[in-house]
Parts: sequence; structure tokens; C-alpha cells
Amino acid sequence: FYLTPSQVNSILKANEYSFKVPEFDGKNVSSVLGFDSNQLPANAPIEDRRSAATCLQTRGMLLGVFDGHAGCACAQAVSERLFYYIAVSLLPHETLLEIENAVESGRALLPILQWHKHPNDYFSKEASKLYFNSLRTYWQELIDLNSGETTDVREALINAFKRLDNDISLEAQVGDPNSFLNYLVLRVAFSGATACVAHVDGVDLHIANTGDSRAMLGVQEEDGSWSAVNLSYDHNAQNEHEVERVKMEHPKSEEKSLVKQDRLLGLLMPFRAFGDVKFKWSIELQKRVIESGPDQLNDNEYTKFIPPNYHTPPYLTAEPEVIHHKLRPQDKFLVLATDGLWETMHRQDVARIVGEYLTGVHHQQPIAVGGYKVTLGQMHGLLTERRARISSVFEDQNAATHLIRHAVGNNEFGTVDHERLSKMLSLPEELARMYRDDITIIVVQFNSHVIGAYQNEE
Amino acid sequence: AARMFLRLLSDIQWRAAHPKWRRMTNSQRGTSTTAEPHPVSLPAQAQVVICGGGIMGTSVAYHLSKMGWKDIVLLEQGRLAAGTTRFCAGIVSTARPVSVELKMAHYSNKLYQQLEQETGVQTGYMKTGSISLAQTQDRLISLKRIASSLNVMGIPCEIISPKKVLQLHPLINIHDLVGAMYVPEDALVSSANVSLALATAASQNGVQIHERTSVSHVTIQKGRVTGVETDRGRIQCEYFVNCAGQWAYELGHSGEEPVHIPLHACEHFYLLTHPLKEPLSSSLPTVVDPDGRIYIRNWQGGILSGGFEKNPKPLFTEGRNQLEIQNLQEDWDHFGPLLDALLRRMPGLEALQIMQLVNCPESFTPDMRCIMGESPTARGYFVLAGMNSAGISYGGGAGKYLAEWIVNGYPSENVWPLDLKRFGTLQSSRTFLRHRVMEVMPLMCDLKVPRWDFQTGRQLRTSPLYDRLDAQGARWMEKHGFERVKYFVPPGSDLLDLDHSKTFYKPDWFDIVGSEVKCCKEAVCVIDMSSFTKFEISSTGDQALESLQYLFSNDLDVPVGHVVHTGMLNEKGGYENDCSIARLSKRSFFMISPTDQQVHCWTWLKNHLPDDSNLVVEDVTWKYTALNLIGPRAVDVLSELSYAPMTAEHFPSLFCKEMSVGYANGIRVMSITHTGEPGFVLYIPIEYALHVYNEVMNMGQKYGIRNAGYYALRSLRIEKFFAFWGQDLDAFTTPMECGREFQVKLDKGMQFLGQEALWEQKQNGVYKRFTMFILEDHDTDMDLWPWWGEPIYRNGRYVGKTTSSAYSYTLERHVCLGFVHHFDEKTGEELVVTTDFINQGEYEIDIAGQRFQAKAKLYPFSSLFTQRRRKDEVELSGYQRE
Repeated sequence: FYLTPSQVNSILKANEYSFKVPEFDGKNVSSVLGFDSNQLPANAPIEDRRSAATCLQTRGMLLGVFDGHAGCACAQAVSERLFYYIAVSLLPHETLLEIENAVESGRALLPILQWHKHPNDYFSKEASKLYFNSLRTYWQELIDLNSGETTDVREALINAFKRLDNDISLEAQVGDPNSFLNYLVLRVAFSGATACVAHVDGVDLHIANTGDSRAMLGVQEEDGSWSAVNLSYDHNAQNEHEVERVKMEHPKSEEKSLVKQDRLLGLLMPFRAFGDVKFKWSIELQKRVIESGPDQLNDNEYTKFIPPNYHTPPYLTAEPEVIHHKLRPQDKFLVLATDGLWETMHRQDVARIVGEYLTGVHHQQPIAVGGYKVTLGQMHGLLTERRARISSVFEDQNAATHLIRHAVGNNEFGTVDHERLSKMLSLPEELARMYRDDITIIVVQFNSHVIGAYQNEE
Repeated sequence: AARMFLRLLSDIQWRAAHPKWRRMTNSQRGTSTTAEPHPVSLPAQAQVVICGGGIMGTSVAYHLSKMGWKDIVLLEQGRLAAGTTRFCAGIVSTARPVSVELKMAHYSNKLYQQLEQETGVQTGYMKTGSISLAQTQDRLISLKRIASSLNVMGIPCEIISPKKVLQLHPLINIHDLVGAMYVPEDALVSSANVSLALATAASQNGVQIHERTSVSHVTIQKGRVTGVETDRGRIQCEYFVNCAGQWAYELGHSGEEPVHIPLHACEHFYLLTHPLKEPLSSSLPTVVDPDGRIYIRNWQGGILSGGFEKNPKPLFTEGRNQLEIQNLQEDWDHFGPLLDALLRRMPGLEALQIMQLVNCPESFTPDMRCIMGESPTARGYFVLAGMNSAGISYGGGAGKYLAEWIVNGYPSENVWPLDLKRFGTLQSSRTFLRHRVMEVMPLMCDLKVPRWDFQTGRQLRTSPLYDRLDAQGARWMEKHGFERVKYFVPPGSDLLDLDHSKTFYKPDWFDIVGSEVKCCKEAVCVIDMSSFTKFEISSTGDQALESLQYLFSNDLDVPVGHVVHTGMLNEKGGYENDCSIARLSKRSFFMISPTDQQVHCWTWLKNHLPDDSNLVVEDVTWKYTALNLIGPRAVDVLSELSYAPMTAEHFPSLFCKEMSVGYANGIRVMSITHTGEPGFVLYIPIEYALHVYNEVMNMGQKYGIRNAGYYALRSLRIEKFFAFWGQDLDAFTTPMECGREFQVKLDKGMQFLGQEALWEQKQNGVYKRFTMFILEDHDTDMDLWPWWGEPIYRNGRYVGKTTSSAYSYTLERHVCLGFVHHFDEKTGEELVVTTDFINQGEYEIDIAGQRFQAKAKLYPFSSLFTQRRRKDEVELSGYQRE
């Protein structure tokens, strides 16, 4: 039993989304041309989330991928809320005042973000009031703190990450009179999520990363070939600096128990994450909250279970590592993806596949016979092979979809094998997670002309 | 590499044979590409200046000089035969679907055959024959149709079995073939050398040839060519011939008064190989595999194979001129599908070594036919270009026709299908051309079926009712850029999609059109006929009447309000146009002509009317929307809408009156329908169009009114034996030959164009006769349908061809219209065709090789007429072409 190519396509394309930055007077003046994104679930339901939005009160565009664990609640909450925290952190004092005054007097609020969402990307209606109140508290504090200084993007990103994680933690401690919301905030806090967020404003690209999702820049070399530049570091056991950091933060006595089997306290793969209060709260706090919490929470063995060797919490932080990169004309695209992609593909291959896809076949080296001895049959074989490569490119209108097709369907020769693709996609739900992880990808395409113009101005 | 290629194709040293010519041009061919001083200065004046030294320019020069014209200068911006001609594949193929193209190719073949003997220049002429393969039954039908028309022209041609194909060409894989057509006299030439041979002969006849001389523009004064400006100075001339190939468009636009020549270049690829181990014989037939989109010819022991891909690459849209076509990029990926087809057809060639992939741009036209003739805006400005990659096949014949045109005023054949004036300025948009040629080039290999419409460059000219009609299920065709309704698909019924609707048999709209025809016969239908060309001619005095009396054969001095059907004839009495003219007042006339007459008729009038500021001709085509109300209840609808009696006593046939319809005033109503059915055409100022249409449809409801399209109109008209201009009638057909003597008033008291020729015919009889044929043993459901161009046999002997056909829903038979000749059985000489000759014969119509019995008639069925009319009121006019 095999899926037909069109069945495969309908599975691969179910979640694809593309956004093109609108042009004015036939010109796109943004450094971003647009982006393609897509998700392929392995978990049911999928635990990955993605977000993309344009900042309306400041310049720039925000894009992020979020990989949830122990359920999708935390990833969902972060995908809804984080960009608001970032946007608010970036706002100048006057705008914050204006917004606060509007809320105070019941006037219409200035829109802060313009979201670019796939229909499947939902926002929780029930929690919006709660989330809004937390956010408002945040900006009120920012107003009171008015430092008078212009906002630094790096600082804004770090503050926003930390603040949101703090709010998630607080909301769970305080609880909510509404039993549905009460359960929701607890699920958010007890589950976890990593986040990899890009902020693009002109040639300034900031990547804020918490956890093991990854940001990668696709660079076209002068000879037309593609290379990959990492713009984030994975926060996991493979990252020596991370292991070092965790060890520094805890007494020497815990050194051996901190990282076991490449996991934090032998349990958690990412070394940084949102939520996961089991790795952040004291044992007393955890017990108190669980006891006073709803029965569903009490019945859940996982939440009740305290990690072993749990002596000096917190063991986990949501603080991101921020990397700043000045975009150059040769920087053609950015890939943000959850670890589901990076487990299966090397970044160099990712750079090549996306690069070749975005530039189309036009940049494929033309064949010239020249003085060589080529027979009709040889030429025929060569052309047939090239066409097969091209046709797999043209099947997709979305770079992220194209990448997923390769990630799931690549054979040992690096070309998409339909049989393999079909098998991987028709795995039953319970088996799928064993062969692959949720994959979420955003491919941002840069506008080399605009970037080049910026460069010339400087 | 490009130059090396020329050497490959031309093995001869033609200069050695003709030192005289060499001295004149003194260009070191093949040794240097840098410009050299020109020892021979340009003449200050010449009778004819030809621009372009390819096959077209040299052929025109050759034929002009043969006809005795000597004062001719041919200018070539680069070197002779260095453009498309150099890269041409050199296949001379006569298998052409359009009759005049077939004649051109046939003539070219005969010309090239003797050219070497005439000029001493080796042309590489080799009679190899050609095999056109059919992979499908439909393809075989189309080949059989061509075979029928080749055979009646005396060109040997046979339909052969796949087995026979293998005998003729051992390399062909025949497993997927259903048959083929073999034309044994088709040939191969070196096209560059043919061109050089023609140039050599022309120069021997006195034509001056100057290479490396580019024409910057043509000067035109008072609508006449006066000279050309070149980079080497000015030449005064009477005639200019634009043979600039792909640059013809740019050259046409370079002057102050543009001459629109709608053509556009596309890249064209073919492959050259090294010789086979056992080199291919140079007499091996050329293979055309249209279903595989390729052609294959032998070439120096190897092969030359190219094709017409589905996704052509148009180029030079921005109008870049190039001296010579340098090697454009070889694009193997683009050629891939054609290579697939080649190896499927000749699997044995796998091991054959590639020499080169040649990329040679060709120019294509909006309707797949070449462009020749005189500019409608500049007298003396002639054009021959846009060969749609058949330049070498047409070269000889096309050059001959154009030379005749220049010398005699018109060629010896009807070339209307190729006439530049079939286009308006609207086809000269670069965007239109770019899009259209991308459709045209693949069509070179597509099946050509009846009633086929172009898909690109549409919705350009539309009636104000377009959206209304479209919403009601209208299916559209295009004529001269104007969208016209074919028929209306009733809600709920499904027609085949475009690709699947291609057929030589009964089409899927058969019943739909049948019900529209029925409604025209029994109730009333409305057809939007806004595309017709409409002119108003008026004067302060009698100038309009006098001029028109001279230009038209019927008597136009009729009471105001009368409508006259009349031909606009040339000196020989042939139809230049066929129109209806209403006398609006003593001094003004309203003239309605076929849609594609807009440019031609305008030019004719302009060239023939006296230059008198008191005589005004205005093109009012765009001002009026025309609604044709056909059917017995049209009279009821109109009288209810206008509160005016419309019966025959008050509004006789062939009458014209301005009246109000609904709230709208000034509607020009004419009691003609162009079908012979009762009814009216309403000429409505466009701002009232929607209102009048709505009123007509609302009022018509109780009379069973419905929309109808041109297919219904065609069926009605052809069953009434109405000829239409451009299809049945042309510049070589007189009213006497098609039973329209009653539209000629030889004794109207004044001279008119064509009068003498018609007198002569009246006295001596005619040599062909327009005849109507009713197919007898033809099964509409099962048999191939007639189209046009089918041979007519009388008592088993070929006597002529059909010119149009339609299914008559009234007769429940197919009706074909066509011309019957009388060829002397022994000498083949044309004899006078008498009524008895027509009546005393057994007729058969040959549809793709199958003959059907037909009954010949010289007059329409009177019983079909629902109303009794006076004979001279009988409307015998129709305009639409397929």
C-alpha cells in the first residue's frame, strides 16, 4: 500500500503558509521579501507551534518556532503571547503611555502586531483576558520604570522571554476562579516549550533562542554555491558551554546528578525552556500547587513526580541567548526550525536544498556540449535526471514544504524517494513519533537589493 | 562558431563562380567580420529598395528582375543569408493545410530544383521525399485531408502503412504508428545557398546588392513611400519592400508613420550530430513526427532534428536589433522533451554523437500564416515576413507573389489569407504578440481541427453586452480581435473541455446549436453582431453617391431608407468586399462589411475615393452595437417595443429606418438578418445597448426569445446558399460566378469598377460556378464532417474545391458550398461552365479520402423560405467566416 503522489502532497501541504511582504509602488522596501512556513506532525496532536507577525508600532518583523514537550499547552501559550511581550518591550515610552491611556479610558487600542497566521494556528479565546491583564501589568511596570533610554533589541528580547516565563509561573501559582482557566494555566506551567525567535529590522537580524530549536542563515557564495551559518546555539547536553553554565549555577555536590544520559537531571533534553515549573519551583511550592489544584492534575503521575536529586532549584531558565547579525547581500534566507528537522538533515544540506529551490532551476548550470564527445543517449539520461530534480522542486510552492519533503523522503543519495516518503507519511499515529519528530519550519527570504542599498548607505 | 556553421551548411565557394558579383560587394565573406570600406556607393535613387538579404529579400529581388524590373537595390545590414535563413533546417515541404501556402511551397520546390542549373550556384537540392507520421487516428485524418488536396494539385502523395514507413526509412520505430503520409517530391536544400543563388541570378539581371548597409527608416510623404534613409545615405524610391525577418516589426516602427507588422521571434532549437557509423544516405526521406513535435532530416551522414516545443521561449520582445544572429545559448534542458521524442522515434540513434545544438530564432505571426502585401497606410510600402519557420518552403512562391503584386497590382493567386491588411493595429501590441506567439509556435505541431480558436490575446474588443452574454453561458470565438458568441450553453449542461473537444466528427455542441436554429425558425433569437465593420460615407453634394456608384456594382441611387446588397469589385470584377449599404439620406450612406474588412475596405476606399474635402468617410464600427433579431416573432417584439407597426406593408424587407426602441431613440433598424430568415438588425448607439438588450429580452419572453450565436447563424446562412466574403468570395470571384448577377446593374447609367470584366463574362460565360451541394449518403453521427477545402468530383473527375460547409438542421443534411470548374478532359484547359454542365453531373465530395455522394444545386431551396418575397429582395449576403 502506497500513498499516491497527490495524497502525499495533500498531507505535506495541509499546514503550509506563505506570506509576501506587500509592495508599494511596485517596490518592496523591506529587507524581507516574505516567508514560507509549514509543519508536519508526528505527535497527535502536534506539540510544535509557530508564529509570525509584523510590529506595527515599531519597525521589524518577528518570526518564531516553538517546540513543546509534555503536551502542547506551554508551546501554544508562548506562541500566542511571546511576540506581544517582545513588541511591548520594544515600544518607546510615549507609545506605552498612549496605549495605557487608551485602555484606561476605554478607547480603541493601537494595534501592536499584525499576525500572519495559517488557519490552523489558533489563539485561545478563553485565556485572552487573563493574558491581556498580565501583559498590561508588564507595560505598566515598564512605564513606571521609564529609563528614558532607547530600547535595545537584545535587552528587549531577553526581558520579554524572562517576563513571559515569570508570568506563566505566577499565573499558575495564583490560579484562577474559573476552573477551566485554572486548569489551563497549570497545564501551561507544568508543560514546557523551547523558543527560537527572529527579529528582522532592516539589516539588523536578532535571534533569541531558548532550547534546541535552531536558526540558520543561508549564504550564497560568489561561485553560486550555498553555505550555512548558525545563528543560534542548541541548549542541550551536546553544548559544552551550556553544561558548564548549569554546573556553575549549582553546588559542586550536584555535579554528577545534574546531567545524566544527556538530559537535565536525567529527564529533560533542552537545558533552557519556558514552563516546566517542575524544574523551577521548590518542592514545597510544587506540592502546594498540585494539592490545591484540580483533580485532573492530582491524578497525573507526571506532575506529581519530583525529579531526582532536586536540591537547589531552579534548574531551568527561559532566558534566551541572543545573537545579532548584520545582514549582507549574500545572506539570502533564514531557516528557523524545530529539532525535528535538524535531527534528520545536516544544515549544509538544508542550505543547499533551500537555496536551489529559491533560485529555481535558472541557476542550474546549463549544459554545453562544447568539444566533448557526448552521445544522444548520454545526453538523454543526463536531461532525464535533471528534470527529475527540477520536477521535485516545482511540486512545491513553499520552501518549507520542499524542505520537509526532503527531510522525510530523502534516500541515501540525497534525493526524494517517493516510496520512502509514502511510508513515512502513512505510519500510524502511535508509530510515527518513533520514526520522526514534529517538524516546524519557517524560511524567511531576504531582499538582497534592499540589503545592498542599506549597505551602501552605511 | 556561428561562422563555422555557415561553412558546414554551404559547401560551395559561390564567389568563385561569379567574380562580377564579388567585385560589386567586395566583402570578404567568412574571413573578417570587421566593417570594410564600401567601394561602391549607394545609388541616389532606385525604383525599388528591398531591405533584407535573407531568402525573402533575395526571392523578391529575383522575381522582380525576372519580370523585367531592373532598377532595384537590395540592402542587407549584415551579410547575405546571415539571419534566420542561414540557420534554417532547409526542408522544402509542400504538405500545407492552407491552399495558397501549398501553392507557394509547390512553386518553391520547382524553382529550387532548377536553380543550380540556372545560376551555377550549388544549392544542395536533393529530392528526398518526406514522411509525416501519425500516432493517432485523428492525426491520420488530418494527413488524409492534406493528401486529398495535394493529389488534386497533381503533387504525388500517398497514405502509407507503418510497414511501408519502415521500408522507406529503416531507423523509424513504427510500433506506435497508425499510418503516415509520403510525399516523394519534397526536398532538402541548403537554404543559405538557395538565397545566394537567387541573389546571384538577381544581380546578373541588374539588381544592385549592398551588404553592411542598414536601413534606419523609410520616409513617407502624403501616404506614399518616397525613399529610405540608410547608414550610408539616402535612396529615393517608389517602392520599399520590408523583408527584414524578425526585425520587420522594428523597421516598420522606425519611421514617423509606423507600419504595423505583427510578428514576434521565438527561439527555435535543432540538433546536429556527427555521421552514423554507416553514414546516412543523403537521399533518405525527411521524417516529420507532429505528435512527437519533431522533424528529422539526414545531414552529412548524421541527422538534423528539431521541433516545436510546448513551452516556447519568445525573445527580442523589447525590440533589440542585431546585425546577425550570433550563437544564442544552447538550452539542453529546454530541448529535453524533443530529444525524448527523437529517441522514441529512432531508438537506434542512442550511440550517435552530438555535434551541436543550434538555437535559431524564428519569427511567428498571430495566426500562423505569413505576412505579405502593401501597407494600408503607406502606398508603395510592401512587406514579406513572418514565415512561422517555413521560410524556405514558402520563399520562392512568396517572393513570386509579392513581385507580381508590386508589378501588376495584385498577385496571380488569392492571397487574402496572407495579406498584411487582415491585421489591424490592435495586433501590434508587443504584449499581445509575445503571448500569442507562445501559443502559435506549439500549434505548428498540434492537430488542426475545424472551429479552433486562439486562447491568448483575447477579450480585447468586446461588445458592451459581453458580461451579460457571458453570464448566460456564452462561449466565445474571436474575429479581428472582437469577441463573438459561438453558442450559449444552457445551464446544467456540460461541454467537453478545450482539449477533448477537438474533433473531425460531430462536435459536442451539435444539439445546442440545433435548438438555437429551431428557435430562429419558430420564434425569435437575438445575436450580438457588433463586430461588423461599419462606415458612414457622406458629402455636401452628390459626391458620395457618384463615388459609390463607381465603386459598387449594384445601383445605389435608390430611395432613402432602402438597403442594397452589393459587391465592391476590382477591375477584374472580383470581390474586394461584399457589403450592405443603406441610404440614410440623399447624401449619406451607411455601409456594413465583414468584421475583417476594417483595414482592407478602409484602404480600398481611401485609395479609390477622390481626394475631396467635401466627401467624408468615417469608421463608426465602435459607435454601434448591433443586435440581430432573427425569427418570425421578431416583428412582434419590435412593434411592441416601438409602438410602431413593423409588418411587411409598413416595414418591407431591405429597408432601414431610425426609430425608438424602449426609451432609447435613434436606433437604426434594418430589415435584414444576414440569414434569409425574417427579422431585423438593430444598430444601437453603444450607450443604449444594455437598455435595448434588456427591453428586447423582457418583451421577447412571451414570444420565446433566446440568445443565439454565430454557429446557428452560419448554419442558417449556408443552407440558404449565402456566400460569404473571405471564405467563399475573394478577389478572384465575380458576382457572375456565384449567381449574383441580380446585384450587378450593368446598365445603371454610369461606369463602375469591374464593369467591363462583368460584361465580358455576361457575354462569354463564366469559368467557375458557385454551387451548393447536399451530401446524400453522409451519416452525421458517424462520418467525418466536411469543413472546407474538400475536393469536388463530377462524374469521377476533379472539378474544384468546397469553400465552406455546415449542417442544415432544416434539411437534416450537410450542405457544402464550393466552386465547380470545367477542365477539358484531354488538355486540362478551363472551359466555360454552363448551367447544364452543373446540372448534368454526378457529384462526390472527398472528405479525407472518403467520397460522399452529393446533389448539386445552383439555387437555394425556395421551400425553406417562410415568407414570399420579390426575387430581387431576396437577401443574398452573409459575412461571417469560420
